[in-house]
Amino acid sequence: MGIRVQNLVKNFGPNRVVDDVSFEVRPGELVALLGPSGGGKSTVLRIIAGLEQADGGEVWLDGRRVDAVHARERQVGFVFQHYALFRHMTVAGNVAFGLRVQGATAQDQTARVKHLLGLMGLAGLEDRLPAQLSGGQRQRVALARALAPAPKLLLLDEPFGAVDAKVREELRRWLRKLHDEVHTTSIFVTHDQEEAFAVSDRVMVIRQGRLEQAGAPMEILDHPATEFVARFVGEVNVFDATMHAGTARVAGVTFPPCEGAEGVDGTPVRVIVRAYDLKFWKDDAGVARVDRVLPIGDRVRVEATLDDGAPLFAQFPRRSSLLTGIHAGTRIAVEVTHARAWPIEGASHAGAPIATTSEVRSAAPR
Amino acid sequence: MSAPAPSAAPARRVALSDHAVALLLRGGFGAYVTVLVALPLLTLVYRGLADGPAAAWAAITAPAAVAALKLSIGTGLVAALVNGLAGTAIAWVLVRWDLPGRRLLSALVDLPLAIPTLVAGILLLALFGPQTPIGGALAEHDLAVAYARPGIVLALLFVTLPFVVRAVEPVLHELDPAEEEAATTLGAGRWLTFRHVLLPPLLPAVAAGTVQVFARSVAEFGSLAAVSGNIPFQTLTAPVYILGEVEGGSPGSAAAVSLVLLAVALALQPLSHALARAAGSRRG
Amino acid sequence: MASAPGRSRPVGAAWLVVAAVALYVGGLLVVPLLALTRAVLADLPGVASALTAADALRALALSVGLAAISLVLNGVAGVTGALVLTRQRFLGRRLLDALVDLPLAVSPVMTGLAFLLLFGRNGLLGPVLQSLGVKIAFALPGLVIATVFVTLPFMLRELALVLEELGTSEEDAASTLGASAWQTFWLVTLPNLREGLTLGATLTVARALGEFGAVLVLGGAITGRTDTATTFIHNAMEERHTTSAYGMALVLAAAAAALLLLLQRRSQMPGVK
Repeated sequence: MGIRVQNLVKNFGPNRVVDDVSFEVRPGELVALLGPSGGGKSTVLRIIAGLEQADGGEVWLDGRRVDAVHARERQVGFVFQHYALFRHMTVAGNVAFGLRVQGATAQDQTARVKHLLGLMGLAGLEDRLPAQLSGGQRQRVALARALAPAPKLLLLDEPFGAVDAKVREELRRWLRKLHDEVHTTSIFVTHDQEEAFAVSDRVMVIRQGRLEQAGAPMEILDHPATEFVARFVGEVNVFDATMHAGTARVAGVTFPPCEGAEGVDGTPVRVIVRAYDLKFWKDDAGVARVDRVLPIGDRVRVEATLDDGAPLFAQFPRRSSLLTGIHAGTRIAVEVTHARAWPIEGASHAGAPIATTSEVRSAAPR
Repeated sequence: MSAPAPSAAPARRVALSDHAVALLLRGGFGAYVTVLVALPLLTLVYRGLADGPAAAWAAITAPAAVAALKLSIGTGLVAALVNGLAGTAIAWVLVRWDLPGRRLLSALVDLPLAIPTLVAGILLLALFGPQTPIGGALAEHDLAVAYARPGIVLALLFVTLPFVVRAVEPVLHELDPAEEEAATTLGAGRWLTFRHVLLPPLLPAVAAGTVQVFARSVAEFGSLAAVSGNIPFQTLTAPVYILGEVEGGSPGSAAAVSLVLLAVALALQPLSHALARAAGSRRG
Repeated sequence: MASAPGRSRPVGAAWLVVAAVALYVGGLLVVPLLALTRAVLADLPGVASALTAADALRALALSVGLAAISLVLNGVAGVTGALVLTRQRFLGRRLLDALVDLPLAVSPVMTGLAFLLLFGRNGLLGPVLQSLGVKIAFALPGLVIATVFVTLPFMLRELALVLEELGTSEEDAASTLGASAWQTFWLVTLPNLREGLTLGATLTVARALGEFGAVLVLGGAITGRTDTATTFIHNAMEERHTTSAYGMALVLAAAAAALLLLLQRRSQMPGVK
C-alpha cells in the first residue's frame, strides 16, 4: 500500500501539534518518523490510522482518499507504545481478534495464530495472559496481533520505548527481518536516532509538528538540511564562527569549504562537525589540549579544549593509530575533514564569533 | 492463510451510525437522569416556595424547625471532628503499620457502608436501650445514650465511619517513602518530617472526608429514627422533623425546611469535589 | 503510582494509637453487633417464629425484589452513563455528572417527599395518574422509583472510575483490527469492567436493602403491600414487638456482612476506589 499525506494539520486546543506535514511512502517501504518527544509524530501516525481526525489536509491510502473512513475500515495494523493488549484475553485470543471480528472460521483463526506465533518466536505461549509475559514478549504479541488480519499498512508507535536496551536491540532486528520477509508497508515512530537509522529505508525528521527532512539515513547524516537535523542526529561539535574567504576559521582551526554556507564573508555562522570528521594527533605546537580519553565499547572518545576555551571531541576506532601517544594533557593538532554551516538566525543565536584574529599555526594536513 | 476480506461498507455510513449510537446513548441516559433525579427535586423546590416566600420563611423559622436544624448541624460538626481524627488514625494504622488483624479492621470499617442505617440504630438500641444492662446502669446515674443526644452522636459516628478512612487511605498508599527518607537524611526529625512531607498531601484528603461526614450527618435519617427518640427540641433532627411535618399533613412546611437541607447539600458538594481533586492532584 | 510505603511495627506511643483505634472501632461496631446477637439468641424460638410469619417473609421478599430491580435498571444505566460521561464531551456533561451524584447528598426523607409531591394524589402529576388509573405513591411502583433513585450513583461511579483508569488504548486497538463499535464494547470493554461491575453491584444491593426513609414516606409501610424489610422493623418497633424487630435487623446485618466480603476485594487494590 502506498501512503500519501498532504498538508496535514492538527490542533489540540491552542497548540498546533501537526503543522502542514506532507510526505509519501512507497509500497513496501519501511519508514521512520524521527523526532524529539512531543513533536507531533505520534499524532501523524494516529491520523493515518484513523484514530484521530486531522483539522486540515488529506490522507491517501493506495490511491484512495480515506479522511472520512473509520479506522476499522482502513486495514491498518497498529502497534501501540504500551502494547494495549486485551488484558482479559489469552495470547491466542489477542492475536486471533482481528480475524474473529471479521468472521473467520475457528480453524482459520487457530492456523493463523499458530503461524504468527511461530514467526515471532512465541510458540507455546498461546494460553498465557498478557500479565504473565515479559515486555519483549508482549511487544511481539502486539506485533503478531496487528499482522494477523494481513493489513496493507503497519504502523508502530514507539514500539520499543517501553523495554530495556538489550531487548530493544533484539526487537529492532526482529522488525527488520520481519519486514524483509513480509514486505508490508510500514511506518514507525521513534525518538531514538540510532533505532531509526538501524531499521528503516528512509527517515523523516519531524520537529514541532513540521517535517524538517526526509531521506535515506546516510543522506540525513551526511547532508542534513537544517541545523536541527544535524544536531539531532548523531553527536556533533558546534562552533560559532565567521565566514572568511569561503571557509570558517575557529581558534586557528581552518575548516574545509563548508557545505551550506557559501555566503558573504563576515556572516556569522554555526558550524557543525561530526565526531568522526575530526582528526587529532600529538603535536606539541598544536592548538588544543586533551582533557579526557574515554573508551566506549568499540570506540574511543577524545575530549579536548581549544586554546581559546572552546570544547571539542572526536571519536576514533579502538585501535586507531592516531591515538598513539594521546592522553590527558597532550597537546594536539586538529584537522577537520568535513563540516556543514548555517547562518545564525536571529539575535538570540548571535554568539561572539570565536575566530581569533591572531595568527595561530593552522593544522597542516597529514 | 489470509483472513477473508472485510466487507466494503461505504465509509460515510459507518461513521454516521457510530455517531448516531453515541447520541442515542447520551440522550437516553440524559432522559433517565432528568426524569429520575431532576424532576422530583425540582418539584420539591417548587412546592417549598409555592405557598409564597413568607409562608416558607415562617415554616423554616418555626421554633421546632430551628431547633431541629441546629441539632442536625451541631451533631454533624461533632461527628465530623471526631471521625476526622479517628478516621485518619484508622487509615494510618491500616496503611503504615504491620499488624495482625488488619484485614478484619478493614472489613469492619466498610461495614457501615453495607448495613442499613435503621439497623445501625437498632444495634445501638440493643446495646444502650433502656431495657439493657448498660442502659439501665446509665439510667441509674441519670445518664442516657438511647433516646438522648449522645445516642445521636454515636449513631452518626457509626454511619459515617468509613468516609475519612477511605479518603485518606489512597493518599497514604501513594506516599513515596523516598520523600521521607530524603527528609531524614537532611536531618529532619519525626515531627518536622510529618509536618512538611506527610501533612501537605494528607490535609486535603482529611478535609474532603470530613466534609463528607458532615454532609452525611446532616442528612442522616434511618439510624436516628430508631435511636434518637425524636423528642422535639431535644433529640429531633431536621430530617425527622421533616418527616413529622409530612405525616402531620403539612407538606408545604416540610418542603420548605427541605430546601434548607438541600441548599446545605448543594453548597457542600462542590467543596467536597474540590477538596477531593486537590487530594488527588497531589498524587503522581 | 508510588509503591506502598514499607510497613513498620509501631513503636512506643504508636501502640497507644493502635489501642485507641481498636477500642473505638470495637466499641462502636463490634460491641453493638454482639449485643444484638445476644438479644436475638436470648429468644431464638420467638425470633424464628416472628421471622417466618407471612408478613415478615413478604417484607423480606419485597426488599430483595426491589434490590434486584434496582440492580438491573441501574446496572444498565450505570454502564451507559459511565461510557457517556467518560468517553463523550458535550454541552451539559458537567451538569449531568452533578445530577448523578445528587442521590448521595439528599436526605432519604426528602427523596420520599419529593416523589410524593410529584406522584401523590395531591401531587403535580396526581390528577394525570389518577385519570390513567396508575398508582405510584403508596404502591409498588413508588417503592421501585424511590429505590432506583437512591441507588443510581453506585454502579455508575465504580464503572466511571475503572473506565478512566483503563483509558481507550484497548478500544483503539480493537478498532484498528476491524471491530465494530458493538464488538469492541462486548469483547473488549465489558470484560474489562468485570471487577467494577461486581463492586458496583454489591454497593447497589446493599444500599437498596438498606433504604428506609424514602420508602417510608412514599410507600407508607402498609403491611402486606408496601412493607419492606426496613419498614417492617420500624413498624415492629412502633408496636413494641422487639423480637420481630431485632430478628429482622439481624437478618439484614447478616446480609450486609455477606455483601461486605464481596466489598473486601476493593481494599486489596490501593488507589482504586
